[in-house]
Amino acid sequence: MEIIPVLIAWPALAAVLMPLVSDRKARGVIAYVAAGGMMALALAVFGGWLAAGGQTVALYPQSTATEYVDLAMLCGEFVLMALIIALSIRHRKYPVILLSAGQTLLVAWSEIAHPVEQSTHMRLDGLAMLLCIIAAFVGGFICIYAVGYMKAYHAHHTEYKDRSGFFFSMLFLFLAAMFGLVLSENLVWMYFFWEVTSVVSFLLIGYTRTEEAVNNSFRALWMNLLGGFGFAVGIVYMAMVHGAVQLADVVSTGAAIPVALLAFAALTKSAQLPFSSWLLGAMVAPTPSSALLHSATMVKAGVYLLIRLAPALAGTTAGVMVSFIGGFTFLAASMMAIAQNDGKKVLAFSTISNLGLIVACAGIGEEETVWAAVLLMLFHAIAKSMLFQAVGAIENSLGTRDIEAMHGLLLRLPRLTYIMGIGIAGMYLAPFGMLISKWVALRSFVDSNNYLLVVFLAYGSATTMLYWTKWLSKLVSLHHTKEEVRDKTHRDQYLSMFVHAAATLGLCLLFPLVSSRVVDPIVRTLFGSAHAVLSMNVLTTMAIMLVSVLFVPALMFVLTRSTHQDYVPIYMGGANMGDNTYFVNSYGAPQHLYLSNWYLRFEFGMRRLMRPAEMVSAGVILVMLCMIVGGAV
Amino acid sequence: MMQALGVVLYLVLAPFVGALLDGVDRKLSARMQGRQGPPLLQPFYDLAKLFSKQMLAVNSVQMLLNLSYLIFLAVAGSLLFAGEDLLMCLFMLSTADMFLVMGASSDSSPFSTLGAGREMIQIMAYEPMTLLLAVGFYLATGSFQVGDIVSQPGSAVFTMPGFLLGLMFIMAIKLRKSPFDLSTSHHAHQELVKGLTTEMAGPTLAVMNIAEYYEMTLMLGLVGLFFVNRDPASWPLAVLACLLVYFLEILWDNVSARVRWNTMLGGCWVVTLLTGGLNGLVLMLMR
Repeated sequence: MEIIPVLIAWPALAAVLMPLVSDRKARGVIAYVAAGGMMALALAVFGGWLAAGGQTVALYPQSTATEYVDLAMLCGEFVLMALIIALSIRHRKYPVILLSAGQTLLVAWSEIAHPVEQSTHMRLDGLAMLLCIIAAFVGGFICIYAVGYMKAYHAHHTEYKDRSGFFFSMLFLFLAAMFGLVLSENLVWMYFFWEVTSVVSFLLIGYTRTEEAVNNSFRALWMNLLGGFGFAVGIVYMAMVHGAVQLADVVSTGAAIPVALLAFAALTKSAQLPFSSWLLGAMVAPTPSSALLHSATMVKAGVYLLIRLAPALAGTTAGVMVSFIGGFTFLAASMMAIAQNDGKKVLAFSTISNLGLIVACAGIGEEETVWAAVLLMLFHAIAKSMLFQAVGAIENSLGTRDIEAMHGLLLRLPRLTYIMGIGIAGMYLAPFGMLISKWVALRSFVDSNNYLLVVFLAYGSATTMLYWTKWLSKLVSLHHTKEEVRDKTHRDQYLSMFVHAAATLGLCLLFPLVSSRVVDPIVRTLFGSAHAVLSMNVLTTMAIMLVSVLFVPALMFVLTRSTHQDYVPIYMGGANMGDNTYFVNSYGAPQHLYLSNWYLRFEFGMRRLMRPAEMVSAGVILVMLCMIVGGAV
Repeated sequence: MMQALGVVLYLVLAPFVGALLDGVDRKLSARMQGRQGPPLLQPFYDLAKLFSKQMLAVNSVQMLLNLSYLIFLAVAGSLLFAGEDLLMCLFMLSTADMFLVMGASSDSSPFSTLGAGREMIQIMAYEPMTLLLAVGFYLATGSFQVGDIVSQPGSAVFTMPGFLLGLMFIMAIKLRKSPFDLSTSHHAHQELVKGLTTEMAGPTLAVMNIAEYYEMTLMLGLVGLFFVNRDPASWPLAVLACLLVYFLEILWDNVSARVRWNTMLGGCWVVTLLTGGLNGLVLMLMR
């Protein structure tokens, strides 16, 4: 287990090196080496952990070494604070200073005034291991993808200053913080890494330095700092009242106030309503950062914390708050996704929506729901990262990420379309993992007598269906156009996307294994027991479904290919010019056919739904937090 | 054994039952409109003729997607009639619908794309009800397994009348009946021509029709699920109930005009909440 500090230090080292290298080629090589090394290190940790029996391993008891690390982190926090203050002053966003300074000073004061005897600082168990693997592999491949992407991005966007070195540095710094975050058992350590991810996210959103980017980055910053503030108050409360700042102690004592505050911090981090707008604004950043931070990993930090807290949330007011916000976000975000025609916006809303489902599951805090939450997290991380990469690659080739422009993409960019198709199918079609988790979630919502969540899930599934289906049907339209499109996707990008696609399909095929070998042990560690969530019967049904979904279309393809068909032009009211692309308009001139999707903007638009949704959720959080604090004091 | 029998019977008989009911529908509708109407077996003649026609297509994937639609519906129905998981069956049903939407969109034709878009709205309108329906059965009988639901001592309809009403409401969508026949119509002289099925001809259209018959049988099977219990005498009763519901759908079809999509969506969602939603809440509180 001596390798763990190396796992954190390795990407951090890459982060330091990146800005010093100005040559693009050399930077690409470093990115490959750093990402490959990170994956190898994660595998080494995994191997070591398995060899040690795959149990929960407590690491780094109190010693002089950890004292130094404590001190270094405290300095780090002050550096972050200074950075935030400097940037806030430069951009005249003064309220952010209060949030940043407030929490940093609070934690510093607590550490000096209420020193706490700590037994362990880090811990390695199934859940932490899973998150490390996700961060190392999904994150690593995104960094590899970024090598090709950033080159094409700056060729395409000459108006922005090329700061690729800084960009890569932030990606790797983020991954280092992510490893630290999931491995930390001591809340103070976790808080430090938590703040690093917030600041890195802030810096990446502002990458292009346009006015919009700066505004969005500050919105992300203040929302995440607000969560961080809750985190800090939770730490101070634990230190003063319970004399312990271990995450496990928070769960075992079940102290209402710290649990609620940590859950609040997690809600901001995973962009639940009313804090969803920062994630939507984050889409101004280049795609790798959207894929890495804003879908695959950073937002997972929030749900990771909630899954850790799940046993303490079960049946409490805080649990009700969390599950309500999650369920509500699932429905509201999926409704707003319908009205978007920007590919990345749809992905962002779908991320918020899916995280909502995970959050709702964690808030219920039963074994079954946590099982579903872990599984959802795993599938979502891979499928969503792949979708972001595909959209980014399509944008670089088409020059736009408007879904309307993707009409007939199957004929124009077939390889990218297949990748998109696998990703979209993985997000909602039977029998891929997301749907199974939804099935389990629905059953356990009923079992826990939470009818409101059942209703949210029923309606949310319907709206989710619509926004994915209409995108998918846009892609598969066999529309021949004369506009030439060249696939500008680099080999690095394809490497990453193919690995993701293979992983998505593999996880579906090996689903029973994933369930019994990966998810069940995690639930067992968290709850001390676990019964099989899926009975043999369900597994058989699923096997039937999987076989039919994978093989029926393939079989039909073979069958119909051999039959003789006579091709005729499509019906255009008799005005088809014969090429299915132009028709004769009322002046007798040829007119290009244009087919649009449904967006239902008046009914489901952000302008109509966002404000009420934010008000409802903010009200619920406020009232519930008051109830929790009032009830505990 | 019973499972295999149920599946085989469904796979073999469903198209015949569906086509026969379609014939009855045409006859009844004609009489309601003061017409003589086609012979009872007209749907069979239609199918025979469609299959005898030349294989015309606008692209190479339409037939493949239509056949996939057919097979997924057959699988979904088989899950129901084998006594398997109801929720999985309904998930499968919406997956099947996806293939139909894909098939219609693949043409990139104005009218079938319009129909496909409307079909998606229809799926969104009915899906909450189907999911809540499964939850309702789970609350009433303690299981998602159809096999367990049909071996209850009493019929589910007494504890979940609201769900039955809700199901009847959204069934107009699934049977492609007025007022919710937005995505396609039986009459090609309307503004959407034939919507979803505009580009389907000959054998391709026949496959689509057979799939619709499977779907019809599946939906009526869901209605039957409300009435069947341990007592064998409940089975004929369930068949009668299905026929009655089917008659009511025909009646509704004939007395109403097509509505706009937002009326359909709002109507279905509100009715779902008021029938299934409230009924489910009562069941949960009673537990």
